[in-house]
Amino acid sequence: MSKFDFEIAVVGAGPAGLAAAALAASKGASVVLLDEQAEPGGQIYRAVTETPVRDRKVLGPDYWHGAELMGPLRDSGAAHWPGTTVWSVARPREDAADGHRPLQIGLSRNGAAAMLTVRHVILATGALERPFPIPGWTLPGVLGAGAAQVLLKTSGLVPSGATVMAGSGPLLWLLAWQYLQAGARIDAILDTTPKQNWRAALPLLPGFLRSPYLGKGMKLMLDVRRKLTVIGNVTALRAEGAIGGDSALKSVVYTRNGAEHRLPADTLLLHQGVIPNLNLANATGCAQRWDEQQRCWRPTTDAWGATSVEGVSLAGDGAGIGGARAAEEAGRLAALDALHRLGRIGREQRDQAAVPFRAALDRALTGRAFLDTLYTPAEAFRVPADDTIVCRCEEITAGAVREAVRMGCSGPNQAKSFLRCGMGPCQGRLCGPTVTEVIAVERGVSPAEVGYYRLRPPVKPITLAELAALPKTDADIDAVFKH
Amino acid sequence: MFRRLPEIETALNAAAEAVAFTIDGRPAKARAGDSVAAALLANGVTACRNTPVSGAARGPYCMMGICFDCLVTIDGTGNRQGCQVRVSPGMAVETQNGKREVER
Amino acid sequence: MTATASFKPASLCPDVIVIGGGLHGCSAALHLSMRGVRVLVLEKDHVARHASGVNAGGVRQLGRHVAEVPLSVASMALWHRIQDLVDDDCGFESHGQIKVAESEAELATSHARVAELNALGFTHEEVVGRDELRSLVPAIADHCVGALVSRGDGAAIPFRTTFAFRRKAIALGTRFQEGGAVTRLSRQGGLWTVETADGARFEAPVVVNAAGAWADRIAAQVGEPVPLEVIAPMLMITARVAPFIKPVVGATGRTLSFKQFPNGTVLIGGGLLGRAVRDENRTELDFSQVSVNARTVWDLFPCMRGATIVRSWAGIEARMPDQIPVIGPSGTEPDLYHSFGFSAHGFQLGPIVGRITADLITGGSTDLPIAPFHVGRFAA
Ligand SMILES: Cc1cc2nc3c(=O)[nH]c(=O)nc-3n(C[C@H](O)[C@H](O)[C@H](O)COP(=O)(O)OP(=O)(O)OC[C@H]3O[C@@H](n4cnc5c(N)ncnc54)[C@H](O)[C@@H]3O)c2cc1C
Ligand SMILES: Cc1cc2nc3c(=O)[nH]c(=O)nc-3n(C[C@H](O)[C@H](O)[C@H](O)COP(=O)(O)OP(=O)(O)OC[C@H]3O[C@@H](n4cnc5c(N)ncnc54)[C@H](O)[C@@H]3O)c2cc1C
Ligand code: FES
Repeated sequence: MSKFDFEIAVVGAGPAGLAAAALAASKGASVVLLDEQAEPGGQIYRAVTETPVRDRKVLGPDYWHGAELMGPLRDSGAAHWPGTTVWSVARPREDAADGHRPLQIGLSRNGAAAMLTVRHVILATGALERPFPIPGWTLPGVLGAGAAQVLLKTSGLVPSGATVMAGSGPLLWLLAWQYLQAGARIDAILDTTPKQNWRAALPLLPGFLRSPYLGKGMKLMLDVRRKLTVIGNVTALRAEGAIGGDSALKSVVYTRNGAEHRLPADTLLLHQGVIPNLNLANATGCAQRWDEQQRCWRPTTDAWGATSVEGVSLAGDGAGIGGARAAEEAGRLAALDALHRLGRIGREQRDQAAVPFRAALDRALTGRAFLDTLYTPAEAFRVPADDTIVCRCEEITAGAVREAVRMGCSGPNQAKSFLRCGMGPCQGRLCGPTVTEVIAVERGVSPAEVGYYRLRPPVKPITLAELAALPKTDADIDAVFKH
Repeated sequence: MFRRLPEIETALNAAAEAVAFTIDGRPAKARAGDSVAAALLANGVTACRNTPVSGAARGPYCMMGICFDCLVTIDGTGNRQGCQVRVSPGMAVETQNGKREVER
Repeated sequence: MTATASFKPASLCPDVIVIGGGLHGCSAALHLSMRGVRVLVLEKDHVARHASGVNAGGVRQLGRHVAEVPLSVASMALWHRIQDLVDDDCGFESHGQIKVAESEAELATSHARVAELNALGFTHEEVVGRDELRSLVPAIADHCVGALVSRGDGAAIPFRTTFAFRRKAIALGTRFQEGGAVTRLSRQGGLWTVETADGARFEAPVVVNAAGAWADRIAAQVGEPVPLEVIAPMLMITARVAPFIKPVVGATGRTLSFKQFPNGTVLIGGGLLGRAVRDENRTELDFSQVSVNARTVWDLFPCMRGATIVRSWAGIEARMPDQIPVIGPSGTEPDLYHSFGFSAHGFQLGPIVGRITADLITGGSTDLPIAPFHVGRFAA
């Protein structure tokens, strides 16, 4: 029986993970691609192999590009285990006899947990929507725009009652455009892009003019603006339920030029960009840094995606937002480097093979700075007023966090111990960035100085039964995972 | 509130793609491939639980497994993420109120 | 030493420097400042960052080493009036602690334990049989035959507790300096000079070593090597479930600490170890051990089998070879006092050991028996 179940495990089957797994396996490495979703594709290509939305113009050509990544994966011989949640990546205590220190992956599938031993891990866990804490964002009927897009891709569902979209960023416009193609109802788009962002972004425009996104993005935005009600310069937002009730969304109140307006709404779709989904990397011990331009934390990586933890690399939006095409190329680069580290290819071979991927990556990243700057959410939407819930799980408000700072909590980890913010099942995914920024503003220091939650496995909840029954031998693992 | 795109609704009504399941005991219909959370929304259920903290109503928010607001009881097992589980024929989905009782 | 009346800016020269801002450092600071002593606490990270902020919060006399029992009983009295001491209830609740016996043989051990304590004059532990065990813990598995019980025990919220001690100490004049590790300790002319990693120097006539899992390094500075082992006890916690158990439950034959917070979450631990990397302030979990812990709960609380574990973690703790702490004056230098090595059960002792340290510093002696904890016991 081999010491390792696989040489390389790739976590996440979005563009980054699909490309990484296919390339590594095609060069002879034994590879497993682990992904939580039932189907490969990640966020952008969600359900691309089986979406009921068969009219190609609805989801658009960028979406259908995802189908092209499936063939190479199939042909590569990489194992693909869908429906598998990875909750831990760590090194066991003892070094392996042959001098390689293996990595152990804790995973869970169909209600059973197991540990898998591999030599290299590529985390391609992608992005999540940046928290958008406004009063009432916890009401049923308020969803992320990305969430609504998942409903469209996987189930062909679109909002049916009064629908308002609010926020900023390319994905908001993309969804509006897709809804237009699908004939879905949108009553209004409330654009929260701060006016002054244009001034900051303008010097970066030349880069953007060379961007592959430019043409597509402009057309999409013009289409949407022509056909839908777009209300710009929105500086405050609030979702409200029935008077005195908290059962479901009834209306959206927005502020424009200092005046409040109310729109009836059954569905409010919020979006203000995406940020790296770094829980697994953080819990694995990968160092991370605050990215001022993207206003988010990102794990520190080298040009190949290698992290501060030996044998663990990152690819795609999980390492910093670059979009789907960039994710794909970063996946290939990480795969090449993993092959090199495993002794399958030499340094020169790696560097040579990387040339076209690196060029494509640079192309894909052209103009990113412009988009990042233009779509930096206004402070009011990142650092909310006192009465707004920031931690949805434990229902902790921004005011409570500020109070904790005044009591002597200087960072998110103390606030967490003190208030329980970030202690719920989402493990800070929806409050971490906000808590960092609220504390930073309250203390008058930078988010980098304030820091972020220290996260621990399991990064996704698992049942006690799963833990208690953790298979310990290879045969146990085979029984659970390899049939 | 969500609805299917017309051609998908038509196909669903015609075909074997439809999955029969229950929501709090009531019969409901979904499309094979729907997550439980999507199936709830398609059946007009926007709120699927009350929080154990304040009792406030919540419904699916992220649809990608990170917010944990879609927690429901599926075939007797509580706290399952509705957006991460596919609906299957005969599945019993129950909305969740507050703290779950431990099974005694 | 006596607190001097002569005016010196407190920022320049405190009477006592406490190294370590865990519960023990904060408690020493509190008790000293209650007596008018000017204290400076130096903490390398932030207060309650380590064991004192992340422990299981068990406030337990039950099953303690006999040497610790007198201190533990005295500390318990302080816990029951904790609001008076620190102006905060610290989340302390007293619903007893229970050590379940899974067999007649284990129950016999419990009886022997009670006899041993009774002979020493302590009556806080008692044995209960099958039925009473079930009335105390209805959810316990059928095979359990009885238990050892300490009814006055309970649990508190660790971070909140340590923070409350800190807050009260500050209100009474203690200063805290966070973010700089003490790197050097030297004594000249009756004055300690304490240097920190960020280049600052502080002076004081007296120093307290409450540096937790790093305390051996402070002791080494004064030529007093101690066999301190750095360990990483692990804990895990569930999503909220409806309240179903009040006391804290442990087991006689295996490691377990099991308790439900008022908010419904259930904390599971008991001392199974991960790996500590103290130079990096880091711990690594060992899921094969977490699994053992989960298995114990599976066996003892069948109702918990479907519960979801939402987080797990470990804290960095100091363990001594004989599992009891080091408390009292240094054996090599005057005006240096130790308070460390609590071996994974020092939270409950926090309130009293701070008082003992204050007794020793301000009066030269204490009324509690601390001889077993003398640092000299490790000398070959
Ligand atoms: C909701 C949403 C919708 C988006 N839609 C678009 C779009 O339409 N167009 C566009 O250009 N960009 C979109 N984006 C931006 C998107 O981040 C990138 O375009 C692209 O998907 C990034 O690719 P990736 O490979 O880095 O990660 P992703 O595509 O995000 O893939 C990551 C995968 O990892 C899995 N995963 C994460 N953690 C674990 C774990 N612990 N265990 C197992 N599996 C795990 C996830 O389930 C997911 O399948 C969207 C982002 C989000 C959050
Ligand atoms: C997971 C876990 C569960 C536990 N459960 C329980 C329980 O249920 N009941 C119970 O009674 N006990 C329990 N304990 C034990 C208890 O937490 C500890 O014994 C107690 O908190 C020790 O307190 P302390 O102040 O000595 O140490 P710490 O809290 O570790 O404080 C020492 C401080 O000194 C600082 N320091 C170290 N070196 C320096 C330096 N050179 N300069 C400046 N500062 C320095 C450190 O940063 C640290 O903050 C548990 C421990 C753990 C880890
Ligand atoms: S909707 Fe967010 S986890 Fe399911």
